[in-house]
This record gives sequence, structure tokens and C-alpha cells, in this order.
Amino acid sequence: MKMCFLGGQSPPKPPNRGATRPPIPPGAPWPVKLQVRDLEVRFGERLAASAPALDVAAGEIVGLAGESGSGKSMTIQAVLGLAGTMGATVTGSIKLDGVELTGMSPARLRAIRGRRIAAIFQSPGLAFNPVFRVGAIVTRTLRLHGLSAAQARERAGAAMRGVLLSPDLLHRYPSQLSGGQLQRVAIALALALRADVLLADEPTSALDVTVQAEVLEVLRELRDSRGMAILFVSHDLAVIAELCDRVAIMRAGEVVEQGRTEEVIAAPRHDYTRELLAAVPRLGG
Amino acid sequence: MTALTVRTPRVTALRRAVRANPLITVGGAIAALIFLVAVFAPLLAPYPADAGSATHPEMTLLPPSLHHLFGTDQVGRDVFSRVLYGARISPVIAVLVLFIACAAGIPLGLAAGYFGGAADEVIMRVTDVFLAFPSLLLALAFAAVLPPSLTSLTIAIAITWWPWYTRLIRGQAASVAGRPYVEACRALGIPRRRILLRHVLPNSVTPLIIQVSLDFGGVILTASALSFLGLGAQDPTPEWGLMVAEGENYFTTAWWVVTFPGLAILLAALAFTLLGDGLRDALDPRRLPSR
Amino acid sequence: MTRYVIRRVALALVVVTGVVILTFVIADVVPGDPAATWAGPHASAAQVARARQYLGLDKPLPVRIARYFGGILTGNWGISVHTHNPVLSDIGTAAPATLELVIAALIIGAAVGIPLGLAAARWPGSILDHVIRVGSVLGVSMPVFWFALILQLIFADRLRLLPVAGQYDPNLIFTHPLVARTQMPVVDAAISGNWPMFGSTLSHLILPALVVAAYPAGVVARMTRAQVLDTLGETHVQMVRSLGFPERTVVSTFALKLAWNPVAATLALVFAYSLVNTFLVESIFDWPGLGSYAAGSVATLDTPAIVGVTLFVAIAYVICNLVVDLVQAALDPRIRLT
Repeated sequence: MKMCFLGGQSPPKPPNRGATRPPIPPGAPWPVKLQVRDLEVRFGERLAASAPALDVAAGEIVGLAGESGSGKSMTIQAVLGLAGTMGATVTGSIKLDGVELTGMSPARLRAIRGRRIAAIFQSPGLAFNPVFRVGAIVTRTLRLHGLSAAQARERAGAAMRGVLLSPDLLHRYPSQLSGGQLQRVAIALALALRADVLLADEPTSALDVTVQAEVLEVLRELRDSRGMAILFVSHDLAVIAELCDRVAIMRAGEVVEQGRTEEVIAAPRHDYTRELLAAVPRLGG
Repeated sequence: MTALTVRTPRVTALRRAVRANPLITVGGAIAALIFLVAVFAPLLAPYPADAGSATHPEMTLLPPSLHHLFGTDQVGRDVFSRVLYGARISPVIAVLVLFIACAAGIPLGLAAGYFGGAADEVIMRVTDVFLAFPSLLLALAFAAVLPPSLTSLTIAIAITWWPWYTRLIRGQAASVAGRPYVEACRALGIPRRRILLRHVLPNSVTPLIIQVSLDFGGVILTASALSFLGLGAQDPTPEWGLMVAEGENYFTTAWWVVTFPGLAILLAALAFTLLGDGLRDALDPRRLPSR
Repeated sequence: MTRYVIRRVALALVVVTGVVILTFVIADVVPGDPAATWAGPHASAAQVARARQYLGLDKPLPVRIARYFGGILTGNWGISVHTHNPVLSDIGTAAPATLELVIAALIIGAAVGIPLGLAAARWPGSILDHVIRVGSVLGVSMPVFWFALILQLIFADRLRLLPVAGQYDPNLIFTHPLVARTQMPVVDAAISGNWPMFGSTLSHLILPALVVAAYPAGVVARMTRAQVLDTLGETHVQMVRSLGFPERTVVSTFALKLAWNPVAATLALVFAYSLVNTFLVESIFDWPGLGSYAAGSVATLDTPAIVGVTLFVAIAYVICNLVVDLVQAALDPRIRLT
């Protein structure tokens, strides 16, 4: 698998395996699932993250690139409506399928969280409660969102197969699974919930390169066959360039540039983008 | 960063904690109050002689009034004065006990960490035995051997308290030994003694401070309990536990003789425990400001 | 796993042995002649000498220790020089009363401490949190003997709501005699369906149990709060939040499960600590338990009894620690699987 190819062509997109792609009239743009406008996340006076405009449509992967501390993770927490639990205040508009999320009642937000918007995190080993079997967390979540026990088990099993893992692994504790496996279980959870939007916060940063490739493959599969809208946050510009359809560059809490990946890479408009691109190591010089 | 203000992480954390944590302030304030009372007792007490061997048979068991804020006890002494003077006794015992416990326990813990191997095992097993030993029984047995006095009380409690400090230091030594920079030190050939002194001891200061302030309250409680049993201070020493014991027989009719000294014990233990709790919150390296 | 268990058990045995040896050494150092106590205050020198020989006190210390160890395993823990009963049977009579008290206190302590600690962790920094924190420190700083007297004064003397002392109303013995099976009056009354007696024993248990429960309640509340707060900062908690779980489930189901471990360990230590330290409470409430027995044996320099009680408590402490280690391994898969 090509790991670094900046300066060359991006690899051809894998063939469309779509059986369950939502019916869209040909030629029409994909419906925008997640729409963020004038988002500002503050800790007291300090601005942690701001995004004047960010759109993620169904069936596309949007990358959010930038260095550590640029506010990428806080953006995800804000979209989930969990910025408050970290002590931050959020202003601006976040719309899911046109429905405004900011200012929504906690109960309605909880119904959406997980069910419509799912998230996966950077360190999969830390993201699972160590004293629960991973399957227990999956089934509990499914049952929380209205499924019966039998339905939950079935969906969980199907989802595991969807990420190329054996459903038996659900009986294991997190300490018994590898990082890559755990990350795929997290994705399977999003799959089982039939979430429309997946927020991925540096999901591959803590994984080996080969394992990383598997996870990226799964994400592509979700985009193509399920039409998921995926927001992929990372500091690794190479991975973003490989995976994402569109990219937004973040710096010190602000989005400085946005656009289709090929265009941003070929013709960066902002100085910072150029710096980032120049900093990516190239194989063979 | 200017070179003028030196702010170690500990001091910064402490300042932030004091602002954020009212418990430290409350605990510290009460502790300071007790300290002041202890120092200025002769000036504050309306009847200083009552803290000594004075007795007033004509005013036994008087209820609280303007003349006697806490009433008088069974031989007519002013309870308020005696409680004030009691502040000189319990905290001093606590200081002595913890000093002895540290003086004995820390070197042993260091030795266990330094020598390792068989010496470590032996020291830790002995520590375990002392920990398993019902401490109150040990104190009682001691009190049976030595004539009851504040000195024997202090020794008896100190003997049961040192194992905790050995364990603490040994634990610190073990956890520091596992850290990468210590492995680097060893790879460079730095002797273990230096590692212990330069790395283990400074790292142990924080948990030590926390443990000592938490233990302060515990020692005060144990000392007063033993005095209540008659194994420590003797009449007419105004030790709070002893005062509760003396008043026990008259309790139902003269509740003040027992209540106020007991409240003093409670307040003292409370103050130092709150202080220790607050310090632990402030100085716990995981809670140091980062998130 | 079995190697772990074996090693822990071996360690436990070493500690118990050490405790017995230490007790013998101390008992030797303590002045007073058990033989004289056995023979009685009016015995002649010859009688005392005979008593000494009978009690085996003329043998050197190592021999006595060795014989004692031999005796332990066969159930012979010596004969109390004061009561002239086998020490083991004396303990057997006294221990259940203390066990009843301590177990009741621990149940109250956990039932009060865990929910309060959870509530404090759920709303940290709030007024509720501060009240609970101060309350738990209060529990831990409470001078037990004073608290006992105060409760007696308020509830027994002034309000007349609860009895002053004793395990049950002695008058009831005639109308509803208590059949002693476990030697724990509350349990015995319940088993035999002796409801009037059950009510009496329960009402007599309340005050002393509350007094003893103050410390465990405080410790458990603090421990629960600290552990849950620690856990709430971790990634896996944010993850279940992101899955849509309400905050109360996040705290009480996911975070709490990680707190069981240290809380269980704490409860075990408090149990062992309380076994002997209840004797202040026992003396104030006329509770005929292990603490009173221990105090009595020290007062009369009843060496076999002292050794016996010390051994019993040390065994209890060591077993508690052992059980805690094993339970921790069972509760936390990380310990089990490494």
C-alpha cells in the first residue's frame, strides 16, 4: 500500500461496492449531513476551536488536519454536544440533517448521540472500560437506543463481520484485544447503531502502519456501501491525503483553508498549508 | 520565563488548590487556631490554675455560664480553661509520635529499597507482622508494662505507627526503581545509594507530607482513646480524652464535662484530616494542572 | 493464578507465625505471673509452683512457642488463667458478638458511604459535594468513645427512643428465651422466629452499630468519591458519554464498577481494624464481645488469653487481606490475565 505519494497522483478509488447506498438522483450533490457554521469553543475567555464553515455530506470523508493542540478534538466534542463536560462553552450552529443541535435539550441530544452521530477515539485501548467485556458495551448501547436483547446481539454480530472481525471477539475484555481490533470494534459499534455520521478523532495515530491500513479500508467501506458521512481528524497529512475527499486545515483553533483534497494539495492557498505539506517526509527524498 | 520568580509546580499547584479548595482553608484555619490556643493558653484561659492541680469543691458540676463558659467539672475546675490547655498536649503527642515513626520507619524503608533481596524480604515481613498486630492490644500491653504517663503513651503509639512509613518509603523506592530514568542511571553505573537519596527521597516528600497530615488526626484520636482508658495522661493533666473519661459517670446530669473536651478532639482531628485531604488533592501529581 | 494464591497463602502463614512469636515475646516481657493468677490470690508458694508446672511455664520460651504452634492446629489454644476455660471456647463465645456489631456497622457504612461518594463525584464542586466531603471527614475524625456517649445521651437518656446498653432486654429472657445457635443475638432471634426478642436485639444493636459505622462510612465515602472522580476523567468514560448514555448511568454503572476494587479492599481493612478497636464501644454499651475480652485479659495479665485474641485478630486480618487480593483478581480482569 502506498504510504507516501504526495507529489504524485492519489491512488484510484476502490470500486463501488455499494448495495445500500441511499438513492440519489444522478448528478445531484450528496445531501449534507453535518453542517457547522461559526462554531466557537471557548474555555472561559480562551478560544480553543473555531470553524466558520464545515460541511460533511453523506458518502464522503472530510479530513480535519492540523497539529496537536489546534483544536481538532474540541471540535469533535462540540459536535457531540459534550464540550460542556470538559468545561467549555459552545456558540454557533451545528446542524444534523438540517436540525439544529446547539441548544437542544439534553434528552434529545442523548438520543442522537450514538444513534445518529458516533465517534471513535485515538487510543482504542483506553476507550473501552477495562472491566467490561467489549460485547457488553456494544449490546448495552444498542439496547439503550431501543433494540431488544436478541436484536442487539444479532446486530452486533453482523457489524463485527462488517469490519472483518469474528463475533466471538465480543466476549473478550479490552486487554485481550489488539489496538487495531479494538478500533474496529469501535467502528463496528457505529455500524451497528446505523449512525449517519462518524466522527473519527485520530483513530489511527496510535496504531502500527499495517493495522492503520486495515482501519482506513474499513472506513472507506463505510463511506461507499453505507453512505456514512465521516469527519476524519488527524495530524498526519499523509493519511488524510490518502483517505479524504475534502480537507480542512486547522491552525491554532481556526480553519485556515478548505477544499477538495486534490486541489488543496496541488495548490495550497494558505502559507500554513504549504508549511504542513512541506513537512511531510517523503520516501526516497 | 523570568529568572526572578521561581515557581515550582508544587507551589503553583498549592496556590491554585488553596483558591479552589475551601477545605484546605478551613482545615488550615482551624489548625492554626489550635496552634495559637496552645501557645497563648495561659493568656486566654480565665482560670489557668484549674488546668493544674487546683480544685474548687464548692463549685462542682456547674452548668455553662458567663463565668464558666463550659461549666465546671466534678472537682470544680473550669472546663473551658482545661480544654484550652489541652491544646498543648494532644498535638504535641502527635508531633512526637510521627517524628519517631518517621525516624524509625523511613530508614528501614530505604534500607529495604537499597539492599533489596533478602534484607528487603525480611524487613517487609517484619513490617507486615507489626501491621497485622492489633495495635490497640500492643498499646494496652505496653501500658501494662510501663507506668501510665504521656511518655509511655507516646512510645506505645509510635511503636504501632512506624510500619506505615516503612511501607510508604519502600513503595516509593519500588515505583521509582521501575522508572525509565532510573534504569538509565543504573546503566550509567550510578550507585543505588545515590539513586535512593537523589531520586527516591525527593519523590517521597509529597506523599510523606500528605500521610503525616492525615495521620496527625489519627494519632490525636488514638492518644485520646488511650487516655480515656486511663493508659496515658493522669489526673490532673488536662488531656481531652482523660477529661471525657472523668466526666463519664456524671454524663447524664452534667453533659458539659464530656461534650466540650470531646468536641475539641473532634475539631482537632477534623482540622488536620481536612488539611491532609486538601493537600492530597493539591499535590497529587496526577491532579497537577494539566487538563 | 494458582501460583499467585499459593504464594499469598504462604506469606499469610509467615505473618501469622511472626505475630504469635511477637506476642509470646511481649507477654514474657510484661511483668506479672500468669501462674500466680491461675492459682488465685490466696495460693501458697507451692501451689503457685505447681500451677507453673501445670501450665508449662517452667519451660524455656522457644519450647513454649513450639508447643503452642502444635496446639493451634489441634484446636488447643491454651487455657485462660483467669476464667479457667479453654481460650478457644472463650473466644468462640465472645467473637460472635463483636462480629455481629462489626458486620452491622460495615453494612451501614457501605450503604451510606457508597451512594454519598457517588453523589459527590457526580456533582463535584457543588454544595452537596462539599457537605459530603466534610461529612466523611467528620466520620473519620470522630472520637469513637465520645460519639458513643453522645448518642447514648441523646437517644437513650433524653429522647428515650433506644435502649442504653446491653444486647437485649434482660426481662425478655423469661418470656421469650433466646436459643443460642450462632451466638449472635439478632441472627439467633431471627432464625428461631422469636420476634419480640428480634425487635429487642435489633433496637439494642442500633446505637453501637451506628457508632462503629461512623469510621467506615467516612472512609468508604471518601474512597468512592476519589475513585469515581479519577475514573470520570478517563477516555472510556467520554466514550460511553458519546454513545448517548445519561450521566447517571455513566457514573453509577460504568465508573462505579471500577471503584468496587479499592472499596472492597478498604472495607476488608476496616473490618480487621474494627475487630479489636470496638472495645471502647463495647465497654460503653456493655457489649460482651472480643474487645471486652481482650481488655479483660490485658488487665488480668491472662497471657494465654492475650495470645489467643491476638492470634485470632491477626488471622482475621490476614484472611481479610487474602480475600481482598483474590476478590480483586476476580473483579478486575487486568489482574487475572497478566
